[in-house]
Amino acid sequence: MPLYHNDEQAMLRDSAAPFIADAAPVSHLRSLRDSGDATGFSRDLWKQFAEMGFAGILVGEEHGGMGLGHAEAGIVLEEIGRNLTPSPFLSTSVAAVSALKAAGGAQAAQWLPRVATGDAIIALAIDEKPRHGPEGSALAATRAGNGFKLNGQKCFVLSGHVADMLLVLARTGGSAGESDGLTLFAVPQGAAGLSADPRLLVDASLASHMRFDDVTVDADAVVGEVDAGWDAVKPLLAAARTGAAAEMIGVGQGAMDLTMDYLKQRKQFGRLIGEFQALQHRAAHLYSEMEIARASVMKAQQLLDEGDAGAELMVSVAKAKAGRATNLAVREGVQMHGGIGMTDEYDIGLYMKRDRALAEFMGDVHYHIDRVARLNGY
Amino acid sequence: MSENLDDFRVEVRAWLAANCPDEMRKPANEEGDICWGGRNWVFKNDAQRDWLHACAAKGYTVPDWPKAYGGAGLSAQQTKVFRSEMARIGARAPLSSFGIWMLGPALLHFGTEEQKLHYLPPIARGEIRWCQGYSEPGSGSDLVSLQSFGEDKGDHWQVNGSKIWTSYADKADWIFALIRTDKANKYQGITFMLFDMASPGVSTKPILLISGNSPFCETFFDNVAVPKTQYIGEVNRGWDVAKYLLGHEREMISGGGAGGDMVSIGALYAQAIGKNAAGELDDPVLRAEMAAFDTDVFAFRAMGERFMDMWKTGRAHPASSNMMKYAGTELNKRRHELVMSGAGSAGLEWDSADSKGGSKPRGWLRTKANSIEGGTSEVMLNVIAKRILDLPGA
Repeated sequence: MPLYHNDEQAMLRDSAAPFIADAAPVSHLRSLRDSGDATGFSRDLWKQFAEMGFAGILVGEEHGGMGLGHAEAGIVLEEIGRNLTPSPFLSTSVAAVSALKAAGGAQAAQWLPRVATGDAIIALAIDEKPRHGPEGSALAATRAGNGFKLNGQKCFVLSGHVADMLLVLARTGGSAGESDGLTLFAVPQGAAGLSADPRLLVDASLASHMRFDDVTVDADAVVGEVDAGWDAVKPLLAAARTGAAAEMIGVGQGAMDLTMDYLKQRKQFGRLIGEFQALQHRAAHLYSEMEIARASVMKAQQLLDEGDAGAELMVSVAKAKAGRATNLAVREGVQMHGGIGMTDEYDIGLYMKRDRALAEFMGDVHYHIDRVARLNGY
Repeated sequence: MSENLDDFRVEVRAWLAANCPDEMRKPANEEGDICWGGRNWVFKNDAQRDWLHACAAKGYTVPDWPKAYGGAGLSAQQTKVFRSEMARIGARAPLSSFGIWMLGPALLHFGTEEQKLHYLPPIARGEIRWCQGYSEPGSGSDLVSLQSFGEDKGDHWQVNGSKIWTSYADKADWIFALIRTDKANKYQGITFMLFDMASPGVSTKPILLISGNSPFCETFFDNVAVPKTQYIGEVNRGWDVAKYLLGHEREMISGGGAGGDMVSIGALYAQAIGKNAAGELDDPVLRAEMAAFDTDVFAFRAMGERFMDMWKTGRAHPASSNMMKYAGTELNKRRHELVMSGAGSAGLEWDSADSKGGSKPRGWLRTKANSIEGGTSEVMLNVIAKRILDLPGA
């Protein structure tokens, strides 16, 4: 497979790009933020996502989805990133769907069709500490009657307060730090003992600290196998990381486009500032980094879609590289905008904030560079 | 030849298994391991000779060239399969050649049928080794200011002047050179000439570099007679050929060389650096730098693949090869800084047997030219800013 969009993918982009730019431009994020919206995204927009087929883009056709791959999901994510669109798409349609598809069974049959129709939002309850570390999960799931009782807490659960279901990584065996002994549970919102404390984040998104106090679930709430939750979480993590990287490419590209436009408009010393070589070289370096990051993300998507054994390495490469490149794009963006780059009125600062949030999601640059070393045996 | 790529992969794999000597599946360790061919080439061993001859007979030194010119006539996708199968067994390139990388593409694009049939097959077989005469003492980044002059003498040009940084001019059989043929016209006054380095009046002088090696020469032309059939493209339009070729050179640098392979530098130096009980490199700061570098290399590898896929199908921005050149060469310099760090004091040894003749320090120093030759990084950034980003004030 060549590393560029084929005709079908180009058509998808040509429908996703104007749709998202029209329905959810940066002003949409501003209006949610400024009105203190308690949901964190627009449910109307999410219904439109479903009508366009995006909500079920990774869901198999047998469950009412489009049955496409990570490359296609990435096309939608890039447009979400470019427009800073608040959306449960990454958590629900990309990450959660990947886990459910991998695990199959009752939970997949129950939730995948509802995701495709836009009737279910799924949140990811993975991390328990501010720094990403899924193997560190200590939330305890103990056998109780026909099912399990969950006790513990999770943090950084995007849309956790409004999701219809949470995928919860819990410990049924082993000890914190091990990938064995983990089990993935589907916990419905409203379960007794489950409570959410939503926090407003720097990028105006809402992420919850979730408490589990004797939350009781049936045995069929297990996604995949007991003690082998890692098998279901691995595809979730790979999808979430690659998806976040794709969204970051959109954020970085959006920031870069704004900045290049600005360099061609702003005059100082009687010249357009884009004429200054000091800025030209930095802009050209940024272009180079963004292009390389984009290629790494496309490669990760391709390897995931092909089920290639090398995908895990490339996923971390993509998350780290997209993180570095996009971070450069937003930093250079603010700096090259000068004073107005510091104002809330200009959009460039919003790009900087979204980049920071996406960078933390499912492992930051440092986490993934470390993982590149581990996967290479050093 | 199989049209189906999976069948083709099976074919290539079987052919490589039967024809690639074990010795040629080990990484090249020293200069003699790289086969340049040419009239005066002395094969390091039988394996190197057999490997070249086997590939040349099959057209595999230039897999994507047409068969009539010594290639195997592979499609872009087949070539990709071929290269991936080569990489899978760690096969060395059978032939390294400026003829393949630079002159060949220019001939394929601008040459007459007669020229292609005359010049390309000996390149593909590794029989004629070429060098490139571009830069002059007064014309580096500002190449178009070059002054070597070919005076029209009816059936030939009488060429006088000098070139510098001519790679392996002292070992080359022929040269392709930019020679001014019209002093009044800067851009449209240069002709892309081809001539034998054994011609009377051609002399070379190797330049001792900081690496202690002399891969580059000064090349002097003293009343060299060049027949007026020996040029590519049109007379006075050699700059077009040169620009095309520079694009190709940048493409080539990006294609796989310049730090673009998937060998992890951290894994490569794990033994030299040592590991702790957790299996991590003993030096945590160096480990972090190596891992960051590996991340960049693997990402760039994907970029190289994407660039080639797009370039070969006409999807790439024409100036994107400048970005590949910039990123690839900067990455390669970084690689060699880490190689030196990983090697520690052993990496300083200049000519001991252990150091394989100082291959590390010499290689490290050699890479400093990467971002100078073929267009400096600064020139690449200028081109990206103007031609791709469309920033003002060209």
